Amino acid sequence: METLEVGKVSPEYISTLPPPRSLFTRVTSALFRSPIGVAGTAIVGFVLLLAVIGPQISPHEAVGHNLRARFKPPGYSDSSGTYTLGTDQLGRDILSRIIAGSRVSVLVGIVSVLIAGTIGVTYGLVSGFVGGLVDTVMMRIVDALLSIPFIVLVVAISGVVGAGLGTLILILGCTGWVTYARVIRGEVLKVREMEYVVAAYAVGQNRPLVMLRHILPNVISSAIVLAAVQVAVTILAESSLSFLGLGVKTPTVTWGLMLADGKSYINSAWWMTFYPGIAITVTVLGVVFLGDWLRDFLDPNIRARA
Amino acid sequence: MREFIVTRFLQLIVTMFIVSLLVFLMIRLRGDPISIMAPPIFNEEQIQALRAAWGFDKPVLEQYVTFLRKAVTGDFGTSFFARRPAMEVVIERLGNSWLLAGVASMIGLTIAVPLGILSALKRNSILDFASTALASLGTAMPSFWLGLMLIIIFSVYLRILPSFGALEPKAIIMPSVTLGVGMAARLSRLTRSAMLEVLNQDYVRTAHSKGLQNKQVVLRHALRNALIPVVTVFGLQLGWLLGGSVVVESVFAWPGLGRLMVESINVRDTTVVQAGLFWFSLSFILINYALDAFYMLIDPRIRIN
Repeated sequence: METLEVGKVSPEYISTLPPPRSLFTRVTSALFRSPIGVAGTAIVGFVLLLAVIGPQISPHEAVGHNLRARFKPPGYSDSSGTYTLGTDQLGRDILSRIIAGSRVSVLVGIVSVLIAGTIGVTYGLVSGFVGGLVDTVMMRIVDALLSIPFIVLVVAISGVVGAGLGTLILILGCTGWVTYARVIRGEVLKVREMEYVVAAYAVGQNRPLVMLRHILPNVISSAIVLAAVQVAVTILAESSLSFLGLGVKTPTVTWGLMLADGKSYINSAWWMTFYPGIAITVTVLGVVFLGDWLRDFLDPNIRARA
Repeated sequence: MREFIVTRFLQLIVTMFIVSLLVFLMIRLRGDPISIMAPPIFNEEQIQALRAAWGFDKPVLEQYVTFLRKAVTGDFGTSFFARRPAMEVVIERLGNSWLLAGVASMIGLTIAVPLGILSALKRNSILDFASTALASLGTAMPSFWLGLMLIIIFSVYLRILPSFGALEPKAIIMPSVTLGVGMAARLSRLTRSAMLEVLNQDYVRTAHSKGLQNKQVVLRHALRNALIPVVTVFGLQLGWLLGGSVVVESVFAWPGLGRLMVESINVRDTTVVQAGLFWFSLSFILINYALDAFYMLIDPRIRIN
């Protein structure tokens, strides 16, 4: 057995070690070792792909009417092709509409979460870092906002401001930041007391620099994990709002609106309700899986044990 | 203990004060609420008259002071639609909402707590795996879609449960199961991890080594301590439950506060929306306040600190 003297590692020995792995290889190799990570990536990747190339692979037109093919059950075929998941009250193909609807979910999920994350992280960072009275006031505002259930808040605001895809993304972004603010502020309070922060002050760095260079990088992983959860929450919120008629409006195709259509014909055409719900559930499940994996990956305590 | 209750109560007042400001501002997000309330056929003169009648022509600060002074006494103005005090309209629906939330919470806890304990005791068994899978599924599923699926099965095909309204006692079954399942999915994982943590504690090992039966150790020593975090998260999840009730009440046409909110938004009944938001937030805050106090009763460590 080869013994090594502490502090004296020969260059020959170092040359036998594998080269340091890049961040990309580290992430992917960890990802493929976790079944949850693989499942999450596969689902999320598939939905993203649908959102991008949807129109090219869609079997029928998502918005075109075909009144001769109304309320056809899954598997129905006519001269214009097969309707694998059936048709709705205007003869539109459910499968094509689900593919088209993926765009809205992806867009709302990503853009709203980016807006909310940016506002929330900044808010939490400032509140936790400045502390004192400012922190107390800022956190009371967060408490008040959190005391109104998220969906109720969004429903009320979209009722006042009006509906539409762009507005909805803005509303979800401007209301979803509260959770980040709370979490990031808590993290900042912990990191603020760390020795490396004290050391940064000691070498004469000013406060904004300490905040951005030493505190922010150490709290951002919590924000990333939270963002994954929030993508799921936001996709569900969009579907709820569109279902209630307070979100995206026709002719834009969304899964929530498809469910609202389905509810009107629930006595006769179960497939109109069943399949869009499956699409939402699978997508959200994929995001949740990816978020779970990300949490385990970014938490060094868990990584060390694995 | 008393100090804690008083401090938390003062915080509660401050929070409600900020909520009132938020509710006040929210209605004015697009400027003048009259632009939303006035029917499109009104001419400029009529709009002006309406604005003066509702006090929207006064300075914003003065409007807020008036709003706050009335809100404190429970007066949110007259419902535009029902032509009665908005508070009265809201309170009528409150009972139904509380009933639904209560039954749904019961269902949620009855599923989640035993399932969480069993998963923790039989870690990595088929049961544990299945309950993890079901919990993930229950969290990912839109609650209102689960409701729609229940309607298809029990109302359309089996014809044994009413799909809407609150006219007969069994009408509460489907909406409460819909919300309860979502709640259970959110709580069972947490019960499991809280239980696992407690089972590794020294006092549990001591209890075992004293020769106590496994059942006694689990129920008397472990469960009591594991329930503390469950109670906290239950309080926070009430926010999800209240929010979910807005959509689920609309699916089942359950005459509660959630459905009233959606109806009032659709008919631009601003005063009822304001009163409703106030009640949603007050219920959430009061329940969490009560849970915090309860928390202190069951956990002596918090009482002393």
